[in-house]
Amino acid sequence: MTERESMPVDVVVVGAGPSGLSTAIRLKQMGDAAGTDLSIVVLEKAAEIGGHIVSGAVLDPAALDSLIPDWRQRGAPVTIRVSSDAFSYLTAKRRFPIPGIVLPKALHNDGNYIISLGDLCRWLAEQAEAMGIDVYPGIAASDLLYGEDGAVIGVATGDMGVDRNGQPKPSFAPGMDLLARYTVISEGAHGALAKRLIARFALAADSAPQKYGIGIKEIWEIDPARHRLGHVEHTLGWPLTEDTNGGGFIYHGADNTVQIGFVVHLNYSNPHLSPFGEMQRYKTHPSIRALLEGGKRVGYSARAMTSGGWQSIPRLAFPGGVLAGCSAGFMNLPRIKGIHNAMWSGIKSAEAIFAALQAGRGGDTVANLAEMVVDGPIADDLKPVRNAKPLLSRFGTLVGMGLIGLDLWCNQLFKLSPFGTLRLDKPDHATLRPARDAKPIHYPKPDGKLTFDRLSSVYLANISHDEDQPVHLRLRDPNVPVSRNLPLYDEPAQRYCPAGVYEIVRTEGEARLQINAANCVHCKTCDIKDPSQNIDWVLPEGGSGPNY
Amino acid sequence: MKIVVPIKRVVDPNVKIRVKPDGSGVDLASVKMAMNPFDEIALEEAVRLKEAGKADEVVAVSIGPQQAQETLRAALAIGADRAILVRCEGRIEPLTVAKLLRIIAEREAPDLVLAGKQAIDDDSNQTGQMLAGLLGWPQATFASAIVVDGSNVEVTREVDQGLMTLSLTLPAVITADLRLNEPRYASLPSIMKAKKKPLEELSPEELGIDVAPRLEVLEVSEPAARKAVRMVSSVDELLLKLKEEARVL
Ligand SMILES: Cc1cc2nc3c(=O)[nH]c(=O)nc-3n(C[C@H](O)[C@H](O)[C@H](O)COP(=O)(O)OP(=O)(O)OC[C@H]3O[C@@H](n4cnc5c(N)ncnc54)[C@H](O)[C@@H]3O)c2cc1C
Ligand code: SF4
Repeated sequence: MTERESMPVDVVVVGAGPSGLSTAIRLKQMGDAAGTDLSIVVLEKAAEIGGHIVSGAVLDPAALDSLIPDWRQRGAPVTIRVSSDAFSYLTAKRRFPIPGIVLPKALHNDGNYIISLGDLCRWLAEQAEAMGIDVYPGIAASDLLYGEDGAVIGVATGDMGVDRNGQPKPSFAPGMDLLARYTVISEGAHGALAKRLIARFALAADSAPQKYGIGIKEIWEIDPARHRLGHVEHTLGWPLTEDTNGGGFIYHGADNTVQIGFVVHLNYSNPHLSPFGEMQRYKTHPSIRALLEGGKRVGYSARAMTSGGWQSIPRLAFPGGVLAGCSAGFMNLPRIKGIHNAMWSGIKSAEAIFAALQAGRGGDTVANLAEMVVDGPIADDLKPVRNAKPLLSRFGTLVGMGLIGLDLWCNQLFKLSPFGTLRLDKPDHATLRPARDAKPIHYPKPDGKLTFDRLSSVYLANISHDEDQPVHLRLRDPNVPVSRNLPLYDEPAQRYCPAGVYEIVRTEGEARLQINAANCVHCKTCDIKDPSQNIDWVLPEGGSGPNY
Repeated sequence: MKIVVPIKRVVDPNVKIRVKPDGSGVDLASVKMAMNPFDEIALEEAVRLKEAGKADEVVAVSIGPQQAQETLRAALAIGADRAILVRCEGRIEPLTVAKLLRIIAEREAPDLVLAGKQAIDDDSNQTGQMLAGLLGWPQATFASAIVVDGSNVEVTREVDQGLMTLSLTLPAVITADLRLNEPRYASLPSIMKAKKKPLEELSPEELGIDVAPRLEVLEVSEPAARKAVRMVSSVDELLLKLKEEARVL
């Protein structure tokens, strides 16, 4: 068996999403301009860059303009301009369009583009590699390395070819220690390493708990006659009840495809709810059925997103590194956009880190990071919408939206909010009611044409996962699912997991939780929503998971 | 001993492929690609022979588009010493591949060409055999065990009746079957080192081979959807259904 090797670098970036790649590229640009040759390594757990990326996606190109001003000439896969924009409220049978004129500016999409974020990340990674940044897909950063003074000194990549019991197989390849002056954690929403860092350094001590939503998205090839290239539609209301927040989106992209997705906020209270079931039901709305009918579903994906916004931004710097992108949580909820802020945070973090590197520093807490990252475009984007999530949670969808509209108009016209800054309350894992107090929800049986079951959906996520590896969904206490979650909440993991990983199986009357880890699409919902906070999502072997 | 391992870049076996709406082929836009799994096995075997001191150089050769460079880098990370890319776009037929490999074999003069038994995209299962024919070398296909002893090599093949063992003299062409070995993962340090290993690029023109296809693809279509499974409650019901509905009894 070969020994672990280690390598010193200036900066290691964990995660090749928009935030991580922007950090790396901006750092390299500054290094090149100053004549400093920086060694930058980007690690990505997906087998290929973009393989784990889930997004709508409508892109606000402001940050891309700043990072790579000539992106058009360089052939960035950002070509489909939003051509029309609709916002509607759904009831079971009807669709009520909200006229564009009453919508505040933030909710318009003029100047934005419909993209595949996976493709954009692949392109950004190519730009990064051409600059001399080392980008390694298929490699998971599975642990943090700490120095004697407790500061982060880099990350360890996971061993590959280990069997279920942790023993090396003939295919074994050891992981490696990357020792960095600064470590950038850009794992996206609810990162596994970010979670440990936030706890260890109490980064969220002064901010509201982070809130999340789960987004489930399908890609459909539809009848060209119904396809409207560049059309964007957002909906609220049905199939969710007033007390559950969330909504749907339909983006008409290239090659007669539509990206149709549904987001359910994870502070839902009814344990019988299934976000997957809501997504399936959503498609049966008369207006959506008419769009998809005769089409073919060609893609399925799911991912948690942050939704706490302004009040939930944690401290960004810790000794030896920074949190960037949705690992910190810069998603703009009413706009359902996070890519631009993820990129801004990468760009700004890079500038702060570069100053520290130039001063010969490393392994310490980057100075003025919060000011450098947050003040400016991110604050301008997030602060005006800061009451969106609290208003929705308190007043339900319809009244909440009305108040958000009022709040946004006041911000737009008078630069102030009638509500001040509302607080966010409980974390999402603490919002479930006991199953017996909640109304059961019956989801219609899938028809195999418009609506599907979980397994045939996960099939489209192209998962590769060597089953003979340690289970990466760790239960702190193996009894909790059956002793607490099942009697109290009818084990909601059976329903909130969009990939059917958790199943309660009964043999001779005895219930047991079965974990089909090989189905996991890395959405992180279980780690967020488990009411007992008993599930730790740890990193499986690099290259495991979906190939979107 | 020098080993040449041909490597094909194919669509990743985990990806559910789709036929293009116009039936002209499989949609490969934004689809994850990977090293043909049988080539990976052949490469692993070559690297093991090198690690065992039986071979001193492993050369990976790919015939394909520019992006096949990535696949060759992966081969270098697994343990090939250097790589050659013959750049071709579009569909390349097995005979063309065999002809190109023959020229490479003549240039490189390896003792062994260790290939995968077939590529999982077109499943032709012809290249190794054609190459052996063109070179006039002995061949052993579907190898499940390889033992090299001086200028002799013993190859075990899995055949319908059991195991067949062949003895060949080198130089020879061997194609790998699934059970030959379990390929390793590339470690990050070896991926890093692979970036610095030599990768030569050639064009088919330089090698004097015309790569234009001689076969015409008329249509590519998806297999008929399988019918839903029905549960029957008894053997009698099964027999009845087989007789009356399926009419196979
Ligand atoms: C359904 C849905 C729809 C959305 N729609 C839009 C939209 O229309 N417009 C918009 O602007 N935003 C949208 N967003 C939000 C947007 O996707 C995110 O804000 C953005 O992707 C965040 O970027 P990031 O770089 O922080 O993280 P991510 O994009 O999540 O990237 C993180 C990367 O890190 C990798 N990674 C994680 N942990 C590790 C590890 N330990 N080791 C190695 N690699 C690791 C992941 O595999 C991933 O590739 C949407 C989100 C969802 C879920
Ligand atoms: S197991 Fe957890 S992370 Fe994996 S798909 Fe299910 S909910 Fe998402």
